[in-house]
Amino acid sequence: MDVRSNKGDLKGQIFLFLLVIATCVGVASLAILVYSVLEDATGWFDLAFIFNSPSRFPEEAGIYPALIGSIYLMLLVAVFSFPLGVGTAIYLEEYAGQSRIKNIIELNISNLAAVPSIVYGLLGLALFVRALNMGRSLIAGALTLTLLILPIVIVSSQEAIRAVPDSLRDASYGIGSTKWQTIRKIVIPEALPGIMTGTILSLSRAIGETAPLIMIGAATSMYSAPDGIFSLFSAMPLQIYAWVGQPQYAFQEGVASAGILLLLIVLLTMNSVAILIRNRFQR
Amino acid sequence: MDNRLKIKRTNPKVLKERAIKSALFSCAFVSLLVTILIIATLLGDAINFFTEVSIVEFLTGTNWSPSMKPYSFGVLPLVTGTLMITVISAVVAVPLGVATSVYLSEYADKKVRKVVKPVLEVLAGIPTVVYGFFALTFITPVLQTIFPEISLYNALSAGIVVGIMILPMISSLSEDAMSSVPDDLRDGGYALGASKFNVTTGIVVPASISGILSSFILGISRAIGETMAVTIAAGRLANMSVDPLKSIETMTAAMVEVAEGDIAAGTAAYDSLFAIGLLLFVITLAMNMVSQYLKSRYKEKY
Repeated sequence: MDVRSNKGDLKGQIFLFLLVIATCVGVASLAILVYSVLEDATGWFDLAFIFNSPSRFPEEAGIYPALIGSIYLMLLVAVFSFPLGVGTAIYLEEYAGQSRIKNIIELNISNLAAVPSIVYGLLGLALFVRALNMGRSLIAGALTLTLLILPIVIVSSQEAIRAVPDSLRDASYGIGSTKWQTIRKIVIPEALPGIMTGTILSLSRAIGETAPLIMIGAATSMYSAPDGIFSLFSAMPLQIYAWVGQPQYAFQEGVASAGILLLLIVLLTMNSVAILIRNRFQR
Repeated sequence: MDNRLKIKRTNPKVLKERAIKSALFSCAFVSLLVTILIIATLLGDAINFFTEVSIVEFLTGTNWSPSMKPYSFGVLPLVTGTLMITVISAVVAVPLGVATSVYLSEYADKKVRKVVKPVLEVLAGIPTVVYGFFALTFITPVLQTIFPEISLYNALSAGIVVGIMILPMISSLSEDAMSSVPDDLRDGGYALGASKFNVTTGIVVPASISGILSSFILGISRAIGETMAVTIAAGRLANMSVDPLKSIETMTAAMVEVAEGDIAAGTAAYDSLFAIGLLLFVITLAMNMVSQYLKSRYKEKY
């Protein structure tokens, strides 16, 4: 008999049973959530929903301006957060050594990651919307979300860079490369799949954020898609929030769940791409 | 010596290397700058607020009415609301999270882990507005069949959904802590004739307790800052009630309400946003520090 099994140990078996039940609760929650969204969205989620603008009439309501808003937002956030996040990670992993400043910056990043997203919204409101006079524009929203996900981009890039074996660096130095040449030609290409995966996962966090955008005063419903970085905008989660708050049942359940379904599809696609990159390039 | 330094300075290759290092350092400095800016903006407007409303009135007042006369800025009803959500979500997430992590770390075979872990990761990635929708359109109706007198917007439903939301965080961080317990300790237990149950509850859990506690604190701190689910499902009724079946308002939901009210900058209502934000920031910062400290303790041990 394997001493590690529970055979003949009633207490152990009950314990294991409870553990399994508890684990099932988490798994079941996801299943129920997805099922209830699918059920509510049936009959509401179609091409017209994707390409229409919001409307007073639930049958005509669509998410197009918010979808485009979210896509622009995500592109801008990627453009801002990628160089900043990767640059910070390279500094911390390749230049900072075990210095005091590295410890301070890392502690600071872990604190920033724990700051509630609504507080970033306040920062965006005071800094970008008011002080820098950007108004409630796409760019103000993108910069706010950039600061929000920056800690996650940095930490995941650091992990990717740390995973590059030192032997590669040594070989590069051995043939006379400078530090930057080594980083640019060896470390970054080697770490890139990991960095991309982490960045895409962070972006999928940004695309689902609502509270910071409400705080900067972004519109919950827009009738036309944004046409530039200084234009007003809405985003999918904001539009969903607006629909959930409507008193009519058709909006609250039907139209809102169609919006949620689209948001979940976008998130799932992003996560799949991230995992695909990870698996394709993982050694 | 002097000459060598001079050569170094004028060498374009070295100059370039230095420029790159400074550029990368400025990237890293941005994260420090963000913290400074958060503190500066929160403090700046909060100080404005406290010139109009005294700190004592803010922290001990039991009436929150920022946009309806007579104005009143007592934060206690909001703190009570946040506390209720936090307690309910912890009651849901702490036992479930620890049980899940014990199962995944000590009992589950590879195949089960391969399914359950990604599922929990997906659960962690669901946007909070979706959780709010789920609470309002699924959990609340279910609760209505159990408690017919429950309000449409209530603390219980929102608390449960926030619990589901922080569950993956608690389970994955606790699992990390338990997995880092070396097998030697487990084998020692088995060698003494202990059962799997005894080894798990008597050795693994106590050995990883600081990591487990650190996961609770992080999860709870996340529940305190949670905004959308509670804004959608818990209602907007700032009161001192501790009845989970009634509407409440959390600190975060009150911030959303004020922000949506389109108030002009410089008014007390606008500045009150930053006062609540500061309170929220201080609470979550303190909790993160404690959690970091606990985590560093188990990292040092093994």
